[in-house]
Amino acid sequence: MKEQVKAAPHTQVVKSDFNLALIGNPNSGKTTIFNALTGLRQKVGNYPGVTVEKKTGLIESSGGYSIRAHDLPGLYSLVPKSLDDKIASDIITGRASEIEHLDVVVVVIDASSLERNLYLATQVVEMGMPVIVALNIMDAAESAGIAIDSEKLASQIGAIVVPVVANKGTGIAVLRQEIFKIVEGRSLREPKGIRPPAEIKSALKPVRDWLAANSELSEMAIRFAAVRILSSDKALGCWRNPANGHVHDNYDDLVTRVQEARQELDEQGVSWSMLETQLRYQWIDTIYATTVCKTREHELNRSEKADRILTHRILGPIIFLLIFGAIFQSIFAWAEIPMRAIESGVAWFGSVIAGVMPDGVLQDLIVDGAIAGVGAILVFLPQILFLFFFLSLLEDSGYLARAAFIMDRTMRSVGLSGRSVIPLLSSFACAIPGIMATRTIRNSSDRIITIMIAPLMSCSARLPVYALMIGAFIPGVVVMGIFKLPGLILLAMYLFGIVAAIAAALVMKRFVGRNEPPSTFVMVLPAYRRPSMRSTLIQVWERAKIFVTDAGKIILAISIVLWFLAYYPRPQAEMSSSQAINQSYAGQLGHAIEPAIRPLGFDWKIGIGLITSFAAREVMVSTLATIYNVEGADETSVTLRQALINDRDPNTGKPVYTPLTAVSLMVFFALACQCMSTVAVVKRETNSWHWPLIMVVYMTVLAYTASLVVFQGGKLLGFG
Amino acid sequence: MSLTKGQEMTLEQLRPGETAIINGISTNGGDEGDLMEMGLTSGTEVRLIKYAPLGDPMEIKVRGYYLSLRRSEAKAILVERVKREATGKP
Repeated sequence: MKEQVKAAPHTQVVKSDFNLALIGNPNSGKTTIFNALTGLRQKVGNYPGVTVEKKTGLIESSGGYSIRAHDLPGLYSLVPKSLDDKIASDIITGRASEIEHLDVVVVVIDASSLERNLYLATQVVEMGMPVIVALNIMDAAESAGIAIDSEKLASQIGAIVVPVVANKGTGIAVLRQEIFKIVEGRSLREPKGIRPPAEIKSALKPVRDWLAANSELSEMAIRFAAVRILSSDKALGCWRNPANGHVHDNYDDLVTRVQEARQELDEQGVSWSMLETQLRYQWIDTIYATTVCKTREHELNRSEKADRILTHRILGPIIFLLIFGAIFQSIFAWAEIPMRAIESGVAWFGSVIAGVMPDGVLQDLIVDGAIAGVGAILVFLPQILFLFFFLSLLEDSGYLARAAFIMDRTMRSVGLSGRSVIPLLSSFACAIPGIMATRTIRNSSDRIITIMIAPLMSCSARLPVYALMIGAFIPGVVVMGIFKLPGLILLAMYLFGIVAAIAAALVMKRFVGRNEPPSTFVMVLPAYRRPSMRSTLIQVWERAKIFVTDAGKIILAISIVLWFLAYYPRPQAEMSSSQAINQSYAGQLGHAIEPAIRPLGFDWKIGIGLITSFAAREVMVSTLATIYNVEGADETSVTLRQALINDRDPNTGKPVYTPLTAVSLMVFFALACQCMSTVAVVKRETNSWHWPLIMVVYMTVLAYTASLVVFQGGKLLGFG
Repeated sequence: MSLTKGQEMTLEQLRPGETAIINGISTNGGDEGDLMEMGLTSGTEVRLIKYAPLGDPMEIKVRGYYLSLRRSEAKAILVERVKREATGKP
């Protein structure tokens, strides 16, 4: 990134790899502009070693070359507050080796909150790279009575300014032209910056020397970076270690130089604390005064009017529940129809393949292993599509921040923030989309805790197990005149999951992120805005693609392993399906773990079910049906219920299962991580095996302990 | 940060609808810089819009945009009340 401003214009443009970075405040419309520039030619991955998502896309030019565009995480300042911020800040300030060389930076700023957006924009301009400022949402600013002279703004900050309305596509063509001009070396402006007092300049000489020796920043960028380091310890700390690197060898030397500079300024009576921020806002105030013309004074704007209802102390929570109820309905009930269609489609496809392939291991592997595994992946798509469609609309419209505002107080009692509400509530339908929705949580330890407790919310896959057990063993007596016992038990299972999640959150809060500063809740409430349907659909498409390609691989692999366990060793010809599963590896494992699960009231048949239902909780029901030789049974099957009730211990003649066993099994299913897809999606979202492994271990230990207490305690009290 | 004339108070003590000028941010915990970067610098006008339904966090208007922060964070922001608008609700 050395001396980019002075770099000679590219004399001939050949097909080459130019790099463009998009940076801006959260909710500035950055992603909409990214989508408008790159369309579907996008790739989503992770920055190495961290959970932060890396998004790149291609911008094609008519000149026969393409530009790689990097959509950096949204942030408010080059002094980072979170890991996401740090990635973006490191790339812009040349601390990351992620991108070798940035040819152009597009800063997206929201015209309706110009001052705050200019804070980051002017910081970026000072880094000395060719910068284009996309002045977004000019229409909203104008209707709010703010007229901005974009040419004056351009000359004051020393960057090209292009007015755009991203969600309508206005100005995007001009923006593209300006990008090409810069890349082809046809357009440059002399960057401007803040002006620190002369004493500062001389005191900072040793710090500048350090930066010149230890970074690849241009001379201009070094000047401003030095002021930033002087002003704040947070900014200083950034040079300690880049997001994915080691501790900087000479960092201690930098600290000493900064301390000496601060001491020198203290002696001269020059204030240095938060100096950059003070100077920058002073400068922004003058820029604002000369470029902005307020056509109407202090008119109550539309967002504030809408918020009189949407965040009203009584109506606000009601509207939140209604909106969330509709989303929940969509992932819980509406998604059911396409999910069944996918299931029967996959089953049909499997039978077609089975028809054309010769019988044998290969056919079984492909039909029962691979195709069934693909089916297990695809079946989640409707829920993911529904949730992300609504979530992306809510986020882009600005409502999601209000939902967090309304729910923050409630969530704080479990140590989280309002941002965790939607992911956790969504997990009542299914933890997969719920965990994927934690992307909107900016604080990284809050995000990890939310991911870790999301599978404790009773998801829809637990219902078949609950229904089978309650139907078979819980008598339909009426309690307290109006409640039926089965319904009460079902409700109790949901509440039990919530209580377990709260307890888990409180415990994890002591371990996760205890070295980080307490999470703050300084959150911008963006102006309400009509979301762009194109951008929404691209985001939904992207989520679905990530799930299928990244989590899908793991789900497919585990499916095939589980198929193998249930398939081998091959049964003899005269064996029934019940005998076949009994002698398979899964069956042998079920028998092997019986001593361990005996104290919970489970026998080897449930043991087999626990192994096979790691694929998905509802597999428990079909496994028991196979073991009891009940054909085509689901959780409402009377035959299967009777088979469970009638099962007797051959030695004692006593029933194998009692109501207490049923409760113990339900408690186990409420808490255990019996879902390979959850494991796969946690691996994808946290970008490591560390968290999914911790999740499986802690949930299994929790489930085992709780079932043990329930069963043994129940026996002591004389139940079962 | 110096406090001179006027009513010494923090942003947390303001009532909905009231406007104040920021006098400074008291140093505690090291995130005063974060608030300043969001535009809460000395001399800036802020208006308390409302509290969330459960009384916390609060919503303020500063430099033309709306910001939500918790009461505990607002306690660190020293302000001087400007005027009281008659907006019914407390």
